[in-house]
Amino acid sequence: MLEYDWIQILVSLGLILLLAPLVGRYLAWVYQSPSLWLERGIYRLLAVDPDRELTWKEYGKVLLLSNAFFFAAGFLVLWGQALLPGNPRHLPSLSPEVAFNTAASFVTNTNWQAYAGEAQLSNLSQMLAITFLMFVGANTGMAALVAVIRGFTRTGLSTLGNFWSDFIRFFLRAFLPACFLLALIHVWQGTPQTLRSAVSAKTLEGPSQTLVVGPVASLETVKNLGTNGGGFYNANGAHPYENPTPLTNTLEFLEMGLFTFSLPFFFGRMTGRPRQGLALFVVILVLYGTGLGVVEYSEKMQNPLLAPAALSQKATALQDGGNMEGKETRLGITQTSLFSNTSLAATTGAVDAAMDSMNPLAVLVYLVHMFLNEEPGGKGVGFAGLLKEAVLAVFLAGLMVGRTPEFLGKKIESREIKLAALSLLVTPILVLCLTALSVLLPAGKSSIDNPGPHGFMEVLYAFASGNANNGSAMAGLNVSTPYYAILIGIEMLLGRFLPLLPLLALAGSLARKKRLPETAGTFRTDTPIFVVLLLGFMGLVAALTFFPPLILGPLLEHLSLLHGISF
Amino acid sequence: MKSQALGGIGIHFRAIRQSVVMLNPVSLIRNPVMFTVEVGALLTTFFAVSDALHHGGQALFASVISFWLWLTILFANYAESLAEQRGKAQAESLRTTRSTVLARLVTHDGVRTVAGSSLKKWDLFLLSAGDIVPTDGEILEGAASVDESAITGESAPVIREADGDRSGVTGGTRVLAGELRVRVTANPGETFLDRMISLVEGATRQKSPNEIALTILLVGLTLIFLFVVATIPAFSAYSKITSSPTVLIALLVCLIPTTIAGLLPAIGIAGIDRAFRANVIAKSGKAVEMAGDIDLLLLDKTGTITFGNRQAVQLIPAPGVSLGELARACRLASLFDKTPEGKSTLALSESLQQGPSPIPEGLEAVAFTPQSRMSGADTPEGAFRKGSDDAMESFIGHSLPPDIKNAVSEIAESGGTPLVVSRDKTVLGLIHLKDVIKPGLLKRFERLRRMGVATVMVTGDNPLTARAIAREAGIDDFFAQAKPEDKMELIKKEQAKGRLVAMSGDGTNDAPSLAQADVALAMNSGTQAAKEAGNMVDLDSDPTKIIEVIEIGKQLLMTRGALTTFSIANDVAKYFAILPAMFIAAYPQLGVLNVMRLATPVSAVTSAIIFNALIIPALIPLALRGVRYRPLGASALLRNNLLIYGLGGILVPFLGIKLIDMVLVTLHLT
Repeated sequence: MLEYDWIQILVSLGLILLLAPLVGRYLAWVYQSPSLWLERGIYRLLAVDPDRELTWKEYGKVLLLSNAFFFAAGFLVLWGQALLPGNPRHLPSLSPEVAFNTAASFVTNTNWQAYAGEAQLSNLSQMLAITFLMFVGANTGMAALVAVIRGFTRTGLSTLGNFWSDFIRFFLRAFLPACFLLALIHVWQGTPQTLRSAVSAKTLEGPSQTLVVGPVASLETVKNLGTNGGGFYNANGAHPYENPTPLTNTLEFLEMGLFTFSLPFFFGRMTGRPRQGLALFVVILVLYGTGLGVVEYSEKMQNPLLAPAALSQKATALQDGGNMEGKETRLGITQTSLFSNTSLAATTGAVDAAMDSMNPLAVLVYLVHMFLNEEPGGKGVGFAGLLKEAVLAVFLAGLMVGRTPEFLGKKIESREIKLAALSLLVTPILVLCLTALSVLLPAGKSSIDNPGPHGFMEVLYAFASGNANNGSAMAGLNVSTPYYAILIGIEMLLGRFLPLLPLLALAGSLARKKRLPETAGTFRTDTPIFVVLLLGFMGLVAALTFFPPLILGPLLEHLSLLHGISF
Repeated sequence: MKSQALGGIGIHFRAIRQSVVMLNPVSLIRNPVMFTVEVGALLTTFFAVSDALHHGGQALFASVISFWLWLTILFANYAESLAEQRGKAQAESLRTTRSTVLARLVTHDGVRTVAGSSLKKWDLFLLSAGDIVPTDGEILEGAASVDESAITGESAPVIREADGDRSGVTGGTRVLAGELRVRVTANPGETFLDRMISLVEGATRQKSPNEIALTILLVGLTLIFLFVVATIPAFSAYSKITSSPTVLIALLVCLIPTTIAGLLPAIGIAGIDRAFRANVIAKSGKAVEMAGDIDLLLLDKTGTITFGNRQAVQLIPAPGVSLGELARACRLASLFDKTPEGKSTLALSESLQQGPSPIPEGLEAVAFTPQSRMSGADTPEGAFRKGSDDAMESFIGHSLPPDIKNAVSEIAESGGTPLVVSRDKTVLGLIHLKDVIKPGLLKRFERLRRMGVATVMVTGDNPLTARAIAREAGIDDFFAQAKPEDKMELIKKEQAKGRLVAMSGDGTNDAPSLAQADVALAMNSGTQAAKEAGNMVDLDSDPTKIIEVIEIGKQLLMTRGALTTFSIANDVAKYFAILPAMFIAAYPQLGVLNVMRLATPVSAVTSAIIFNALIIPALIPLALRGVRYRPLGASALLRNNLLIYGLGGILVPFLGIKLIDMVLVTLHLT
């Protein structure tokens, strides 16, 4: 690695480290302060009582019903696109399965795109279905996290707060202002923001070209800040309009990390245990950092299959060394690694390079990020997932020190274990079964364009992405078939809500419990040894669950590459 | 009941027989993980038989695997039944203490002799010297010395008498002297001994809450691994690898947490058994488990922390009086004092003189009266008196000299009791009386503190004395001038703060508090009410035994945690044994994953499954003995256990599987 790579990495991570605690503190204020007049006005308009406390069941019900409504609205906009205004290019409606897939994808914060934005969506659809649902997904995730955290902060209460109040506070005080300000920077850097839908240009060679434009900058910021990831253009962050300069590349990296990396600090603040927040931040940082290291190593690796060709893969003053296939030369390897690792870890799913062209070890890292889905994970829900892992690790730790386990003063008993285990089961079952089904059935296999482990990896990646609500995809797998559109659509919904409901129930159960005082025998969960245990537990369970497909996918491809074998 | 060399070899035979009986799926389904193994074993047996009939090539391999799978279940069953059999053997030795005993039943028409086993609750019977107590009862009249060695193993006889906190008699003990009229407190089959027997036999054993939580986690992991293994054939088919159902079942059994699931019942039974060996009868496994969580331990001062009487520890002469002179005065003033305080003053003053001086003629005892609040003797030399400072002040008619006054308050502040000694109206000095703390307690409380258990002393003394004693004994806090009902309030208050409270007690007035406390150790010598209210009974009637119970509770949880971690960590090596074996034929480039360099795919799978089976019996001693508990603080404990059972759990199977593979190769079994 060159000095220059180090500088890029250190500057980017340094900025995150600097901003995360501040944002965490700000978010805690958002949820702990009284309503603003604007919010009160909105509550009156919506006829909701923000002070009505909801039990976990009610909270979950409101969350599900509201999301069902937003989902239906999004579906109708996409399905009826041809009939609706704001469509000067007269684009046809999406097919029902793609409309279903897209509505499911955006309401769940996945942003899996079974369509090509510039070719298939009108500006109205981009704003009303896509951008709007992007806000909904992120707000819902944050609201769920706040409810889960209240399980730890409350004592002897059966309620977890009010969904609408949690939803609107974050939206008004954090999400919307940040999006607005950052969108201006994107516009300054050259990202289009217009209601026009196309401009004509004459290229240097003479012929004219139609360039699709639209409200790109506004979508861009919410896409990254809300860990959504669905681009205006099919090429996503690799498109020069979405990501015109190295500055916007770093900015987008920061946007993806801004809220997600601040969540441990937010948690520390909300629970009044900043050390606990810090410990969880370290867990996230270790997993994220390890991923980044492997991706950078993998992409700097020269492809042995290309050695016989007269291609120079060495780093020179003019080019980055290593695997430049599918990467933007204006961004280079390190910027791409930073961007993709963050996008996969924070389950944004935005990309600024072709994932299909990455070396297999990098893909392995991306898969593991999606299997874990909580370091830092998607907006809110990722961190809630980490709390679930912490509950399970605490249970083991408690047993090992000879005490009924407790986490933040709350006793972890069989009900909590049952709910945490239930939530833990969803990812293995969905990803393993759907991948197995798709590599068996002709309907699944016919979409695979690449033979051997690479094709397998693409299918595994698709379902890992759908379940994790990540939304990034390796190209090379034709996912706009009804089979994949419907299956992944269903998977995204299940992957979003199935693990979330047990977590709300877990919070409900914890909120009712007494808080135990700390004694010398209490096992502290903000120490390095707990960080090690949590990392070990998460790593072990994920590794044991996904070892077989990881061997037959990325590892097999990697070892084959080293042996010069291709498929 | 002291533990004897239990059962010898016979116990193992019975355990083996029982483990075969336990193969019955109806009983095995209680343990979902082992039930999964049984289904796997049935399937591989079926594969072996059908392959043999159709001359397939896998018959031998499938039979070897199914053999080891069956053995895995048997090992797990053996662990459970061995623990149970050990309990049974204990119970058996208890039962022999209850040969058919006759009882003298009091009826309307006089006393009849009936079989002891026919006594019912509320019946009255008589006991006299030499009788064996037929069943549990409460003494209504009389006092007797009773030999309880059959229950406690303690040969010194104990006093049992009506109207007090020592009014209970236990079936199986023997009256040495005295006459008793006793009311039966338990129906046949419900006596203390019966409950004890049924408990150790495991007949009433229920899964404790923590065990249930752990079982849920294990079932969750089992489900995950079920999906992991069930999807491998699809992945393999895509990758053009044929997968053998036998290998898949072997992989599944290796992955699911069989080690901990197999040992879990044994760990629970062994916990109760360990309490039993400490002569504590827990009424449920939950009680033992809960003991490990205790935050606060309430201790009575008298009888638990101190010996229960004050002793003279120092003589302080007044100015101008020699120590010898004071010692002689003390001796004379205490000659007739038969209280423990008086005896200890006598002993101290005699030791301070060079040999007891001759007792003068014409001594006349002056006994202690509530009015005078002093005692002593009138002699020709003068009237020797000792008493509390205010009593003596009124006796001598003027206030005490300032030096003495200072000394009095110093002693009072240190928690002691000062007695002023005088001859006629002259103050000669002070006796320093003090509560003597039982030896070894300081260390035990220090150990408790390191476990995270706070101690609170409950006493009727004034706060000054209480503080001094608490400090000296190393108690964290005290509750002075306590009335019996205050104890209950204290417990409730602490529980409201979320703390788990333990206490030990023996008196009837302790019963409500014992019922309220989370862990309550009743003394066997105590009243029936106390024994009913507590959730454990200490046969040795040692109030500080609760400390051992806490350690046993902690050990119980730790053993579960350690073996769970070990069991899960083991999976890494088993993956590295079996997965390469499955894929290597189709993709030789995966050979690098065969880190153990196992000889062949067949030997790799066989070695993994053999290791998986053998680790269960290898860990039975640990499961029964329990992981050693040391009060190091939670973080240090976790670090140690993570290193041993986590890291060790990852490394040991790599060695074990490699070793088994080498043996298989040497014996040409692959």
